[in-house]
Amino acid sequence: MSRRLTVDVAIIGGGLVGSSAALALRDMGFSVALLDKGFCGAQASGVNYGGVRRQGRPIEQLPLSQRAHAVWPRLKALIGIDGEFLRSGHLKLARNEADMASLEAYAEAVAEQGLDLELIGHNGLRERFGWIGDGVVGASFCAGDGHANPRLVSTGFAAAARRAGVDVMENTAVAGVTRDGDSFALEAAGNLTLRARFVINSAGAWAGPFAESFGEPVPLSRIYPSMVVTEPMEPVMTVNIGMEGGGIYARQVERGNVVVGGERALPLADPDFSRPRGDGAIAIMNNAAALFPGLRHAQAIRFWSGTEGAMPDRNPVIGPSGTTPGLIHAFGFTGAGFQIAPGVGEVLAELVRDGATETPIAAFSIGRFQANSARTDAGSGAGQNQEPQH
Amino acid sequence: MSERPQPVIVGAGPAGIRAAEALVAAGLRPLVVDEAPSCGGQIYRQRLAPDERSTRDLYGSEAQKAEALHRDFAALDGKLDYWPQALLWNLRDGRADIMVAGTSRQVAYDGLLLATGATDRILPIPGWTLPGVFTLGGAQIALKSQGCAIGSRSVFLGSGPLLYLVAWQYMKAGAKVAAVLDTAPFAAKFNLLRGLPLFPGIVLRGMRMTAELKLAGVGLHYGVADPRIEGKNAVETIAWRQGGLEHRLACDGIGYGLALRSETQLADLAGCRFAFNQRDRAALPERDAAGRTSVPGVYLAGDGAGIAGADAAERAGERAALALLQDRSLSPDAARAAVLEAELARIGRFREVLEAAFPFPAHWAKDIADSTILCRCEEVTAGEVRAAIGQFGVHELNRLKAVSRIGMGRCQGRVCGSAAAELLAHETSRGIEAVGRLRSQAPIKPVPLTLALAAQQEAAE
Repeated sequence: MSRRLTVDVAIIGGGLVGSSAALALRDMGFSVALLDKGFCGAQASGVNYGGVRRQGRPIEQLPLSQRAHAVWPRLKALIGIDGEFLRSGHLKLARNEADMASLEAYAEAVAEQGLDLELIGHNGLRERFGWIGDGVVGASFCAGDGHANPRLVSTGFAAAARRAGVDVMENTAVAGVTRDGDSFALEAAGNLTLRARFVINSAGAWAGPFAESFGEPVPLSRIYPSMVVTEPMEPVMTVNIGMEGGGIYARQVERGNVVVGGERALPLADPDFSRPRGDGAIAIMNNAAALFPGLRHAQAIRFWSGTEGAMPDRNPVIGPSGTTPGLIHAFGFTGAGFQIAPGVGEVLAELVRDGATETPIAAFSIGRFQANSARTDAGSGAGQNQEPQH
Repeated sequence: MSERPQPVIVGAGPAGIRAAEALVAAGLRPLVVDEAPSCGGQIYRQRLAPDERSTRDLYGSEAQKAEALHRDFAALDGKLDYWPQALLWNLRDGRADIMVAGTSRQVAYDGLLLATGATDRILPIPGWTLPGVFTLGGAQIALKSQGCAIGSRSVFLGSGPLLYLVAWQYMKAGAKVAAVLDTAPFAAKFNLLRGLPLFPGIVLRGMRMTAELKLAGVGLHYGVADPRIEGKNAVETIAWRQGGLEHRLACDGIGYGLALRSETQLADLAGCRFAFNQRDRAALPERDAAGRTSVPGVYLAGDGAGIAGADAAERAGERAALALLQDRSLSPDAARAAVLEAELARIGRFREVLEAAFPFPAHWAKDIADSTILCRCEEVTAGEVRAAIGQFGVHELNRLKAVSRIGMGRCQGRVCGSAAAELLAHETSRGIEAVGRLRSQAPIKPVPLTLALAAQQEAAE
């Protein structure tokens, strides 16, 4: 039994980027189909750490990040739930003077971007954040950042899109997309044929083949951030914690559970799924117990991981295809997609409606790989265990 | 031979013990990992400290089997490695992470035999989280292991053979049993007659227990509907409906359970393929008649792969061990394997009879009140689950977990998972087989953040 459908915009990938774009486009009056090979929000968008922060991002991401920053407090009005978003502030710790110097350099570099970073010395930390253990010399605090529940936010955007009239099709993998006259033809699971004037490729770690089929190969790889969560504890951690140079990041949710990340997981036989390694999880747990004395007697109740698309320069691909009119890419957020995704969704909708956006996105052009001009970002401490910059 | 890593057996209940015995008999030296301080599993659990009770007091008609298992396992001392009070909390890439006394050791294995057993299946009812409410298995552990009763006036509620067995054991031990409340109708018990030709001894023993309970003045109630446990800070009364009439009874301890559910987390972490089992209303790791899974070198035995009871577990443990030996080209006794398989098939047929005699309460998902706690770890009510299903439009169990928190807490859905699946199936008008199963995550039980990682040499022993 075959099915045919014609829409203005077909979106491949129901993560936070795809579903927030779907919602924005629907609000503009477009007919939209949102397709996911599994369940919307079940991959990187839904299983990430949940940090909502601008601090630490490369400077070229900050305009987009600021745009998203304005969306987060409006979630309730936008998707019907607040997604447990908490503007707690984000505190990035420095283990030594060199790390502190790099926090200071970052604060100076982004001084004009409106992050309002506050540098805090050792004594200030002891006074204000006494629950942090020894071995930290200072920190940089971004009061406007926070954290949220990715499981709810990502699924919530897709659910809101569905309520707004988007045709949300889960378990509907797209087998192929072709340009056909002045529109696209998509072949999807369940003998579904879709025609669309625009296609948004927001397929995350699975976006590569779609770009390649339009003559735009990208060096997209996969990373598997690894997380541990404790049983509910007394509320002590008032802010979202990061570490300059990476290694550990942690936040306490309202219910009391502490989510701690670090290390990397490994893919399973089916590389779409991954699981933390035992020794990696132990390293995260031990680090957390050492950094936060209040967690010394806590139990870890669950580990998890997810599959995230990563680019070598740690910047995403966002913007129109260089080869095919009507095709727009948005993927490769390299563990940094959660916070900016709602802003990216708005930008994508503008690209469809107006063919342009006022938010600067030139740095994320897919053309940077075609031109053989791979750039490295100016972010600090690009180590293996870098805190995901959600 | 000696450079191959040793096989690992998880669980030292009837299945694990018989498996270990067969491997040792063939000249292998397995590592047996068990959470309990001493062998026997749940059914043949040993007391924590010696007391005046005889094995007959502890295990009743099963005393001889218990004694034999304990004795046979003790006789393997020196021929295997045995880690009691050890938690295998993670499996990956042919390695097991095992916590022993606060330290985690990584053990490479060649052959993994999972005999992980079962726990009580619970469907939440009003008041089920009050102090004084235990699972039937928990009530039995209190009695067997520690020689204490769950209350001075205990009520046993639910369905399944364990319901009558535990009530009878309490009565025999001198504890006051206020009532046995069976959620299945009395008529269902006639199905047991079909089991007479298969296992007359078991059927007659069950009848004798029921008769002795009755003689002792214990009220036996069938077709119990809408049970509610009431009390301010602890259990005070239980209320239920029966034949359209409302009943109440004062009590201070309740043992509750609706048959058993398999402990399948490790099979899942090992990568075994699962299939839905209609009789157990659960997704179970697939195994062939010998106990082989879809993953080469991983074997299943006992209730951990589908409920069949202790007698089946002994045979399945031995049978799976023979499969492991065969896969290592150690040519085990083929005739023995055939006998074991035939006996297992006969027990399997008896299981169908028991399921008919103690049927699953089909109306539970429809009837559960919104205010009842469904997931006690995360304190999620049935109403909140219903709301999440509606709000997010989910129809798959892991998605329900993501948006409602059910199964995310300390027990990882081992307690509420069955109930959540039933509720999701009902709310989305799907069959229970269509809602999926919770993906297991390590650690399978909580581990301390300060868990130490053993040096690699130590792990190799």
